[in-house]
Amino acid sequence: MSRLTGKFAELAKTGRKALIPFITAGDPNPNFTLPMMHAMVAAGVDIIELGVPFSDPMADGPVIQRASERALAHKMSLRKVLALVGEFRKTDQQTPVVLMGYVNPIEAMGYENFANAAQQADVDGVLTVDLPPDEAENCVALLKAHSIDPIFLLAPNSIDERIKMMDAAGSGYLYYVSLKGVTGAGHLNTADVETKLKQIRANTKLPIAIGFGVKDAETAKTVANLGDGVVVGSALISKIEAHQDDLTTAQQQIVELLAAMRQAMDS
Amino acid sequence: MTEKYNMPDTRGHCGPYGGIFVAETLMPPIQELNAAYQRYMVDPEFIAELDADLKYYVGRPSPLYHAERWSRELGGAQIYLKREDLNHTGAHKINNTIGQALLAKRMGKTRIIAETGAGQHGVATATIAARLGLECVIYMGAVDVVRQSLNVYRMKLLGATVVAVESGSKTLKDALNEALRDWVTNVDNTFYIIGTVAGPHPYPAMVRDFQAIIGREAKQQCIEQAGRLPDALVACVGGGSNAIGLFYPFIDDASVAMYGVEAAGDGVETGRHSAPLCAGRPGVLHGNRTYLMEDDDGEIIETHSISAGLDYPGVGPEHAWLKDTGRAQYVNITDNEALEGFYALTRMEGIIPALESSHAMAYTMKLAPTMSKDKIIIVNLSGRGDKDMQTMAQREGIML
Repeated sequence: MSRLTGKFAELAKTGRKALIPFITAGDPNPNFTLPMMHAMVAAGVDIIELGVPFSDPMADGPVIQRASERALAHKMSLRKVLALVGEFRKTDQQTPVVLMGYVNPIEAMGYENFANAAQQADVDGVLTVDLPPDEAENCVALLKAHSIDPIFLLAPNSIDERIKMMDAAGSGYLYYVSLKGVTGAGHLNTADVETKLKQIRANTKLPIAIGFGVKDAETAKTVANLGDGVVVGSALISKIEAHQDDLTTAQQQIVELLAAMRQAMDS
Repeated sequence: MTEKYNMPDTRGHCGPYGGIFVAETLMPPIQELNAAYQRYMVDPEFIAELDADLKYYVGRPSPLYHAERWSRELGGAQIYLKREDLNHTGAHKINNTIGQALLAKRMGKTRIIAETGAGQHGVATATIAARLGLECVIYMGAVDVVRQSLNVYRMKLLGATVVAVESGSKTLKDALNEALRDWVTNVDNTFYIIGTVAGPHPYPAMVRDFQAIIGREAKQQCIEQAGRLPDALVACVGGGSNAIGLFYPFIDDASVAMYGVEAAGDGVETGRHSAPLCAGRPGVLHGNRTYLMEDDDGEIIETHSISAGLDYPGVGPEHAWLKDTGRAQYVNITDNEALEGFYALTRMEGIIPALESSHAMAYTMKLAPTMSKDKIIIVNLSGRGDKDMQTMAQREGIML
């Protein structure tokens, strides 16, 4: 059983939901990320989504775009992100780590090289925003052969046929993008998400993590009640951006926000 | 060639190129668009409306003009110019925007968005949006907003909102990113008119089909005027819409050579260029797999060209396929060579070409003398140079 599948099974036993933070690797500099990952685990997160910076992040809003630009200014790359996960694994063999990014850095490295290197680094899942299952046949087969879960996105406008497609191609969990738009935008509509989740559940048994629009402990709690996991990204990265010259404060505020979310989700 | 050319396949692939590489939210609107495109491209009423617009609003057919003096001066092949510069709004771009806007109208979309580099596609989109009474938002890199201020003013006059994009390199690729973000947010009422043969399927095929009127007319006109097919075609390639528009109807005519001219900027060897087919490698950007300008890590690198319209790190996936199969050849022309082409056509024929098209002119100056006088080259004069007056005057140290 993969770390991700194991994690969701373990949470399900106690009726808890996964708290999944997203940060961009190398933002605002490569030294910040590793201690931040450990601090997030200490704050009670279950899974870490690590953003692989890309020069053209088409599906991201301004907050994550700027995080990508800061990381790239420090020459962060897919290879360096994999090295970072390897470092993380030296002291944490429990927490699943999912890489999230765009397909071109993987294309440049080569799918097979990437799958090998990701397995070597002990990466648990890979979510590639602009690689839908329609184009991912080769990639999915390679990832699965290397014991890595391919994670796919679902959107508010996904029809049954697409959900079934994600169910067949994906493993670990599916990531439901709760609103039409880019990351960090708008407010989510609880009733809409609830209706959509019913449709999704009817087509897949995979755990569903919900992201886009989770800003604070309150929204995290609401979303946790609807899905199996809660992804929070832009709200964390905003704190890094606001305290670039005082990263101790940035880390502290992220830890506080995650701890508050954890508490709200478990209460 | 025994088998008829029939790229792309139903999933938008030209061999390993093309495809649909987008975030899941964009899948439903792309499928909706593809269904509409398949339906209306064979719908006689749609085709009749499009043809009428191309005739009475755009002014088609555009002439095929025998540049006799220039041909004589160069001493080789006879040069024929396909005069897309005479279209309404001054470039080939309008052929496609009219087609997509009519499609948008049939799909019940009330809001049009587009990206633009040199501003020609933005102007063509704002133009048709004005005519159809549709809301129009144009995304343009902040750098391009400055270097193409005349076109920015034209778009605003036409009632469009022009958004200066400040992210990334602030040029065409970033405008495309921003337009995709808008589309993903407003998919219900918005139609995204992509200006070149890029983006996810069906865009590259659809834009090609709307631009193929260039090649269809040119073929017929060449037969009428010269009694036979041309020997070579020349067109500049940024994203590659004017080139594929000219090439496509000739692909099965094996005797017709095709030359796509990329922008070499300061020179391909300097790394400061926009020539992915000549000096890039395959990757995935903006919804399709094609040749890209990227670094070893797969990050897209900044491009350079004197012409904003060629300043793009990717290229239409069908060009990638035509390159690999050898059906078309891709060459490059530096900024300085393009300027020579610009001046040559201006002074020799009294036609001021756009800086983009000047790349095709410059390559023609190299190609024509290598061919005998009974050979025929058709060059796509894809746009006129009015928009470049500011840039050219500045280079000559003149304040307008």
